[in-house]
Amino acid sequence: MQSTSHAFKDNATRALGDAQLQKAMENVRGGFIEKRLNVVEKLPEFETLRDQARDIKNHTLAHLDLYLERWEAKVTERGGKVHWCTDAAAARDAVLEICRAAGAKTVTKGKSMVAEEIALNQHLEANGVTPVETDLGEYIIQLRDEPPSHIIAPAVHLTKEQVEADFREAHNHLPKDRSLSEPVELVSEARQVLRQRYLEADVGITGANFLVAETGSSIIVTNEGNGDLTQMLPRVHIVVTSLEKVVPTLEDVSTILRVLARSATGQEFSAYTTFSTGPKRPEDLDGPDEYHVVLLDNGRSAMLGGDFQDMLRCIRCGACMNHCPVYHAVGGHAYGWVYPGPMGAVLTPSLIGVAEAGQLPNASTFCGRCESVCPMRIPLPKMMRHWREREFERHLSPASVRMGLGAWAFFAQRPRLYGLFSGLAARALARLGGRKGRLSKLPLASGWTKYREMPAPEGKTFQQLWAERQRKGTGS
Amino acid sequence: MSDTPRKPRVGLFVTCLVDLFRPSVGFAAVKLLEDAGCAVEVPAAQTCCGQPAYNSGDRADTKTIAAQVIRAFAGFDYVVAPSGSCAAMIHAHYPRLFEGEPDMAKQAEDLAGRTHELVSFLTDVLGVTGVAAKLEGSYTYHDSCSGLREMKVKAQPRALLNSVARLERREMPESEVCCGFGGTFCVKYPDISNAMVERKAANIEGSGADLLLAGDLGCLLNMAGKLKRRGAATKARHVAEVLAGMTDTPAIGEPKG
Repeated sequence: MQSTSHAFKDNATRALGDAQLQKAMENVRGGFIEKRLNVVEKLPEFETLRDQARDIKNHTLAHLDLYLERWEAKVTERGGKVHWCTDAAAARDAVLEICRAAGAKTVTKGKSMVAEEIALNQHLEANGVTPVETDLGEYIIQLRDEPPSHIIAPAVHLTKEQVEADFREAHNHLPKDRSLSEPVELVSEARQVLRQRYLEADVGITGANFLVAETGSSIIVTNEGNGDLTQMLPRVHIVVTSLEKVVPTLEDVSTILRVLARSATGQEFSAYTTFSTGPKRPEDLDGPDEYHVVLLDNGRSAMLGGDFQDMLRCIRCGACMNHCPVYHAVGGHAYGWVYPGPMGAVLTPSLIGVAEAGQLPNASTFCGRCESVCPMRIPLPKMMRHWREREFERHLSPASVRMGLGAWAFFAQRPRLYGLFSGLAARALARLGGRKGRLSKLPLASGWTKYREMPAPEGKTFQQLWAERQRKGTGS
Repeated sequence: MSDTPRKPRVGLFVTCLVDLFRPSVGFAAVKLLEDAGCAVEVPAAQTCCGQPAYNSGDRADTKTIAAQVIRAFAGFDYVVAPSGSCAAMIHAHYPRLFEGEPDMAKQAEDLAGRTHELVSFLTDVLGVTGVAAKLEGSYTYHDSCSGLREMKVKAQPRALLNSVARLERREMPESEVCCGFGGTFCVKYPDISNAMVERKAANIEGSGADLLLAGDLGCLLNMAGKLKRRGAATKARHVAEVLAGMTDTPAIGEPKG
C-alpha cells in the first residue's frame, strides 16, 4: 500500500471536515470503550493476566529464534510448509507462487493485516488471481476499493447508510425494493453473496493471531465464522502472518486469549477461536490438502534488542486506537498506511521509515490512555517519544520548531535571564489583554488563537510577586 | 505530622505557566501548604521542568534543565507542584533521563521520590481531609492526563472540594479524556487539538456547572480559551484557588474587576 503518512496533517484536516466520517467515528467512541470496561470489571484477575501476557511475550522475544525454529519443525512434522520472507515483495511472491501451483483463479481471504501490509490483493489481481474478502468489514472496503481504517473493524469509518448504498450498487442482481436499513439485513445479504464464493475458491488465505511453537498450530480469532470456511473448504490453506506472532505453548496462548477479546471488542471470548495444525490427515473429514505459512519479517527482527522491541508484544487488539482521542478525531485513514492509531504511530516508522512516517509519533498529546488500556502493557507514549528523539537527532523536525525550541531552551537554562524576560512578557501580554483579560489574536500563536482565546497573564510573574512578599516579610 | 517537631520543608515548583500566566495559583498553593503545616520555600533558580524539550525529542536540553531542577531542589523534604504534568515529569521521567549515569540517576531518583502533585500531596502525604473554604455554585472537574494516569490523581481533588461549603459537584461525561492541549501539540496540530477541545467544551457546558476546575494550568488555558471563544458562561479556575478560598481574582481569561 502506498503510504500517505508524510501528509498526515493534511489527511487529518480533511478527515475533520468529513461529516460522514465524523458521524461514523461516534460508534468507536461509544461502543468499544464501554464494552471493554464492563467486561474488564467482571474479571478481578485482569490486571494480573496483563502482567502474565506481557511476560510471556517478553520471554518469547528474548528467545525468538529458538521458538520460531521449534514452531517450524512442528509445522513440517505435521505436513505443512513454512515460507520465510524477509520483505513484502518476497511474501507476495510466495503467496502467488502457491496460488499458481494450485492453479487458482479465485482465492477467499479472511481478515489479515499482514496481507494489507504486503498489499497482497493488488498483487494477486495484477497476476490474474481474484481475491474475495470474506470478513464483512473487509468485504465492504474491498467493494469500495479502500484500505481498512481500523485493525479489527476495517470499515468502522463508514455509516450503515454508506454500506447500504454500496451493496445496492454491487449486488444489482438482487431485488431493488429489498429492505437493507438494518445491520442484520446487511450481514445476511453479504453472507448470501459470499456463500457461493467459498465453494468456488481454490485457495483460502487467512492471517494468524498466534503461532504455537509447541504444536505448530496457527490460530485465528473471529466473530463471523468466515475464517473457518475460508481455511476449511478450499484445497489449499495459506496463512499469511509475521514472525512476532509466535508463543511457546497452548497454555501461553490461553493466557493471552483471555486479555485479547476483552481488550478488543469487550467480549469475554471471540465467537470463534480456531486452531489449524497442518493439512488434512487421512482420518480427518474436512480440511485442506495443503497447509502453508508465509512468514513475514519486513523489519521486525531489526526491532529486537532496540528501543522498539516492546512493540513486538502487540497482539493487534485495537484497544489503543479505540481509546485514542486523536484517532477518534481523524479516523484511521489519516494515518496514511496500514496500521493507524497509537500502535501505528510506533510501528509504522519502524516498518516504512521515520522520514516517511515521522508525523505519526508527533501527533499525540501523550495523554497515556493507550498505554493504560494496552493488554500487553506496551509503553506506547515512551516509544513515540523515542521516535521524536530520532527525528530531532537526524534534523528531521521542522526548522521553525527547532529554532523556537533552541531559543526557549537557552533561556530555560539561565534562570536570571529567564526571570527578566518572563517578567517583561507577563507585563506586555497583560497590557495587550487589557481589561478584557484575554487576547483574541496573538502574533506567532495563530495556531492557538485561530480556535480559542488566549487568557492574558495577571501582569507580574509569581517569582516577582514572591520576591516582593519576601522583602515585605523581612521588612516588617 | 503533629509528632514531628520540625515543620516539613517544602520547595514549591511553581511551573512556568503559573509563573507567567497565573501567579495566584502559586499563592493559593503556598497558602494550602502553609495551612497544612509546611514551611514553604520557592527556589529562584527554577524555570521549567523541561517538558517542551523532552516531548520534542531534544534530550540533551532536557537533561541540562533536569539537572538544574535537581540542584535547585536538593535538600527539601518535599517538592510540590500545582500541576500533575510537571510533577509527573520530575517524578516519573527524570530518573529515565540519566540511565547509564549512576550519580545523576541517583540524584534524579532521590528527587523523584520527594516530588508530588499539590492536591494529592495534601491528602495522601499530609492527611488533609477538608478545607475551610466556601464557594457558592457548582463545578465540574477535568482529570488532566498526566495527573490522572502518571500521578493517580482522581479522587483527591473531589474529596477536598467536597469539603468546600455550598459547592456542588456536577460530573461531565468523558472527564478523563484529553482536552487537546498536549503542550506543543496544540500549536503543531491546531486542527486536531481544536476538535478535541471543542468536544471537551461541549461536555463542560453540558454539565451545567458554573465552574470548570482542574489541576493543570496548561489544560485550563486551553479549555478556558475555548469556552470564552464559544461565548460560554462557564468560568475556569485551578482547583488550588478554590481550595485556598482565593477566588477574588478574575477567573481564567475573565475581565479584570
